[in-house]
Amino acid sequence: MSEYQRPLSPHLQVYKPQLTSVTSIVHRGTGIALAIGTLMLTAWVLSLAAGPEALECFNAFAGSWIGQLLLLGWTFSIFYHLCNGVRHLFWDAGKGLDVETAYKTGYAAIIGAVVLTVLAVIIALA
Amino acid sequence: MSLKSPIGRARGLGSAKDGLHHWWMQRISAVLLVPLSLWFVYSVACLMGSDYETVVAWVAAPWVAVALVIYFAALFYHSQLGVQVVIEDYFHGSATKLISMYLMKLAHLVLAVAAIFAVLRIALG
Repeated sequence: MSEYQRPLSPHLQVYKPQLTSVTSIVHRGTGIALAIGTLMLTAWVLSLAAGPEALECFNAFAGSWIGQLLLLGWTFSIFYHLCNGVRHLFWDAGKGLDVETAYKTGYAAIIGAVVLTVLAVIIALA
Repeated sequence: MSLKSPIGRARGLGSAKDGLHHWWMQRISAVLLVPLSLWFVYSVACLMGSDYETVVAWVAAPWVAVALVIYFAALFYHSQLGVQVVIEDYFHGSATKLISMYLMKLAHLVLAVAAIFAVLRIALG
């Protein structure tokens, strides 16, 4: 295959950000973040299987400010990827592809993700 | 100009019948992950601040353990399908692409086996 330095598509630097492109880019970004987040998820179940001391060690990290920040980020990522993923599933079925509906569902996905994240935080802190 | 016939150019590039497989599997695992992710995040949020015994008892409950194994299998499967597309899009050198793809798939396999093993270990004692 060719190994030339060819421009990537989409050509991010020449496009004005639009809701439809931003929601798409954030979908991929949150997807990558969640793939990395599986490391923390696996660490959690493994420490749970290893015993109380291991879980305490895990909880110390999860409870630190960086751990809490990561958990918040992953919580938003999971809900955003889920909401926007449902949007993609409708597109796959050929529904909601017109610009007007795509904008409405785009805002709905963002609002849905924020609401679900706030709810999860409230339940976690309760 | 290539003198190769169209069939000659297509040969060796994979079966013509499995092109849709990746796409389908990504959608099927996505549909499965919608309820499972909502259930998992809700459950973990409820368990926040619980002691060791409570969390272990939750994982060990038969329906929870079964749901967790299915969740982890679908999650890691879906994750590696997604990251595969990212690597295909941004890694252009064939060697870098091949190596990063191999390491990515291997990492997903290791994490999936570890996570599922941990659930089974807790559930089966």
